[in-house]
Amino acid sequence: MNADSYVAIAFWILAIGMVLAAYAVVALPRIIHSALALVLFFFQIAGLYVLLRAEFIAAVQVIIYVGAVTVLFLFAIMLTNRSYAPDSNPANRQWIAAGVVSLGLLGTLLATLGRQTWPTGGQVPANATVLLGQLMLGPFILPFEIAAILLLVAMVGAIVIARES
Amino acid sequence: MITLQHFLVLSAVIFSIGLYGALAKRNVVAVLMCIELMFNAVNITLVAFARYLPATAGNPYGPLTGQVFALFIIAVAAAEAAVALAIILAVYRTRRSVNVEDVNLLQS
Repeated sequence: MNADSYVAIAFWILAIGMVLAAYAVVALPRIIHSALALVLFFFQIAGLYVLLRAEFIAAVQVIIYVGAVTVLFLFAIMLTNRSYAPDSNPANRQWIAAGVVSLGLLGTLLATLGRQTWPTGGQVPANATVLLGQLMLGPFILPFEIAAILLLVAMVGAIVIARES
Repeated sequence: MITLQHFLVLSAVIFSIGLYGALAKRNVVAVLMCIELMFNAVNITLVAFARYLPATAGNPYGPLTGQVFALFIIAVAAAEAAVALAIILAVYRTRRSVNVEDVNLLQS
């Protein structure tokens, strides 16, 4: 077996697992199970980034999503409702319309993707993380600084909003 | 052979699942989790473009531009999650509910 078939096997395992985990986030009746399925989904996305030769993005995915965002969700669930109630994650009255809209979007996207042909031959350079750092602190320095200020403002804003007045 | 098309179709499927959840869920925390699903679907698309598309003459930043965009999306998504969960806590404190149908302060 060559490297391509290993990539194919890993891709199909991750793809099927990701779709199942995403469906579990939407469909499971207990909200805490949805949050745990979301952790599984985030881990599988990190595996997909490794397949795409984006090792730095994979590490960031594990640290930020699996480490931080998931803890935020678990705290929000713990602080707001009875997380293990069997009806803690119900659908609302619009679920039929929502299904029609999302299936329509999926059909449109798949039809468009089926007609499109993409140029091939791209490759990720071997020192991708070094180049990524040089891009972030070179041509993209202004968005980088704005993202830093955005994170600071979001942190202060979250504290102010969540504080008991 | 796995091509760019495979990743785009996977991303479209996950985005649609996330859109269904964001529209159809009653619990605000579940709606936020589904929005995170949609963010991640878009990130798959950007990183797959960075991997498979060749660098063109019109792009002076090289083949890694998609990964830079994915990093910025991750930063914005983290900020969004923090502020949104703070808003959920504040709403829960006044309304004692996380049901989206109970938050109708602006309804006449």
